[in-house]
Amino acid sequence: MALDKPYLDVPGTIIFDAEQSRKGYWLNQFCMSLMKAENRERFKADQRAYLNEWPMSEDQKQAVIDMDLNRAMQLGGNIYFLAKIGATHGKSFQQMAGSMTGMTEDEYRAMMIAGGRSAEGNRYLGEDGDAQPHHQPQGKHSAVGGKKESA
Amino acid sequence: MARITASVYTSHVPAIGAAMDMGKTGEDYWKPVFAGYDFSKQWMKDNKPDVIFLVYNDHATAFSLDMIPTFAIGTAAQYKPADEGYGARPVPVVQGHPELASHIAQSVIQQDFDLTIVNKMDVDHGLTVPLSLMCGELDPVKDAWPCPVIPFAVNVVQYPVPSGQRCFNLGKAIRKAVESYDEDLNVHIWGTGGMSHQLQGARAGLINRTWDNEWLDKMIADPAAAAAVPHIDYVREAGSEGIELVMWLIARGAMSDVPYNDKDATDLIAARAHSVRARHRFYHVPASNTAVGHLILENV
Repeated sequence: MALDKPYLDVPGTIIFDAEQSRKGYWLNQFCMSLMKAENRERFKADQRAYLNEWPMSEDQKQAVIDMDLNRAMQLGGNIYFLAKIGATHGKSFQQMAGSMTGMTEDEYRAMMIAGGRSAEGNRYLGEDGDAQPHHQPQGKHSAVGGKKESA
Repeated sequence: MARITASVYTSHVPAIGAAMDMGKTGEDYWKPVFAGYDFSKQWMKDNKPDVIFLVYNDHATAFSLDMIPTFAIGTAAQYKPADEGYGARPVPVVQGHPELASHIAQSVIQQDFDLTIVNKMDVDHGLTVPLSLMCGELDPVKDAWPCPVIPFAVNVVQYPVPSGQRCFNLGKAIRKAVESYDEDLNVHIWGTGGMSHQLQGARAGLINRTWDNEWLDKMIADPAAAAAVPHIDYVREAGSEGIELVMWLIARGAMSDVPYNDKDATDLIAARAHSVRARHRFYHVPASNTAVGHLILENV
């Protein structure tokens, strides 16, 4: 019997389950290594060389170098692991989370201060909320040169 | 005998710890968050526990993908604040209570909950931010937390995570375990994490004020209804990281108004002899990406 996954129809959301965890095993384990100050220094000095020490896919390495957290999550990363990369670059959780929406840091922060993103229209794929695939990327200027995320 | 006198529920947002560590608590952004804990800090002084049983989740800190225990109880003498990538938080080392922790582990495992016993781990913001919120700023060297702490880590990072019902039932077993410990100890049980938040993807930043406040209502008056909520509802309504709220149910299940076995007449009568008193309730949006929720419930 396949894993029961009742969460696949939630827009803009990847649940970190056993399948994602298998895909992202080395990506996430690389992230854990950044909990040591000396590893953070080595990584920052030469990201490519440091990443090449890990049996990660080329796509995973590129997502890390690009700090493309959406891509990293699609490739099996988990946000609590990936947060170690952000921490290494001095980024806060808010900066990291915001970067996944297409909004600027200021736009995302303003949304949070205004009460956050509404669940309305964002519970199921196929509704019309701001987290739905057909509304990506978000933010005023992100359509210019921004990549449309595939559904 | 030891007894659980109160339960505390609070979010454990890392940015709250950072704001305290960097002296930003007086900033306009943070003031309303910390104002919500003024009562709580005084309450902690007036109701100082002998031990805190602190339910939290490890955020890929002590547990990588090497090992993913569903429920892990700390039986060590002490726990260092972890370096989560920013350097360790400048807060005191957490002192454990190995005797009570080992007793609880034995009792709860014999009540059919298979805990993982942990003798060595660092503790991350999930554990230290609630302590900071309830105890205020402390010097990492000169000061100490007010009492020993038993860390109890729940896996809410990789699915499958335990159900709300399982957590609620585990709380009942923990209460029984505490009450079978001979020494007179005043024990608090804390459930941490939440409330609504999502840290990932196009849906990052989701907040659900209505759902959160209904949850707070249920935690006070109808915890069995909260325990029946399936995982998918947390994800849809409170965001992917809102799943952390299952941990509040462990603390709530440990309160005396919850029958150990709701099919057993003696247990039902025992539970009806008790009620909980909500001493404090607080809700604020936002702290970073998250809705901050906080409750203090006392056994009456």
